[in-house]
Amino acid sequence: MLTAFDKSLLNIIQTDLSFEKRPFALVAEKLETTETIVIERLKFLKEHGFIRRIGPFFDSTKLGYIGTLVALEVKAEYISQVAEVINSYYGVTHNYEREADLNLWFTLLSPNLLKQDEILETIRNLEGVVRLLNLPATQKFKVSVQFSLT
Amino acid sequence: MLDELDKKIIVIMQEDFPLVAKPYLEIAERLGIDEDELLERLKGYRQSGKIRKMGAVLRHREVGYAANALCAWIVPEERIDEIGKLLAKDAVVSHCYSRISQPGWPYNFYTMLHAHTRKDCKVLAEDIAKRTGLQEYVMLFSTKEWKKISMQYFKD
Repeated sequence: MLTAFDKSLLNIIQTDLSFEKRPFALVAEKLETTETIVIERLKFLKEHGFIRRIGPFFDSTKLGYIGTLVALEVKAEYISQVAEVINSYYGVTHNYEREADLNLWFTLLSPNLLKQDEILETIRNLEGVVRLLNLPATQKFKVSVQFSLT
Repeated sequence: MLDELDKKIIVIMQEDFPLVAKPYLEIAERLGIDEDELLERLKGYRQSGKIRKMGAVLRHREVGYAANALCAWIVPEERIDEIGKLLAKDAVVSHCYSRISQPGWPYNFYTMLHAHTRKDCKVLAEDIAKRTGLQEYVMLFSTKEWKKISMQYFKD
């Protein structure tokens, strides 16, 4: 179970880690505690799976990558083998089976459009794939997962 | 443009962040550069928008947000901006994009909704529908996570 202190720490640590020499001391100040306690608690929260990762969130477009969302209709008996091929691509970060005719949805980041086309063409031709919809974004309004813990 | 050191910094910043008093010093030492230079470059990336934010990603199932639904909407072109700005402010919406539609798939706007249960997700979508007047949407609940990772930029 998370304590009230953990929740406050998680709320702050989701967005407010500074590029300063002692970032955890700054977090500690906000929580009126010590740097050591912040670090120890973060280790605990990471080890116990509450925190997946600590680090910067990059803007993929500004780093030169092209992203898209792809929806597939896959025959049920082929879904695991199709999912495995999709997962093998380095730029696939999310791949979810969903309850709908379009039953497999994944996101793909590629260094350029040519590479993206090539990957999508391969996937479109996999056995069991009925149709593939490429759904690139036209505008991004919000891109970050942040949870408010109370 | 990004130089070779930028790429090295970006690669190393995607690894486990050291949970020590001076994490940037430790990273700088691994890169063989000065701590101040590392911090300066990182601040530069944030200023130019290459870094959107710095912090932790939580595992939402562990922190109690067990249900998530990708919600696809039909939004008239002329309302996309207004709706996008409105929903971006909504705490229960984590991702909010407009996307192209496709033959047989008229949906052109997507929100990711998070809640404790599926039922709560449905209530959230109904609430958005009511507030915006958008009537046509589908909720796509995930049944299996085949892959979920953070992108490893410049590593392939």
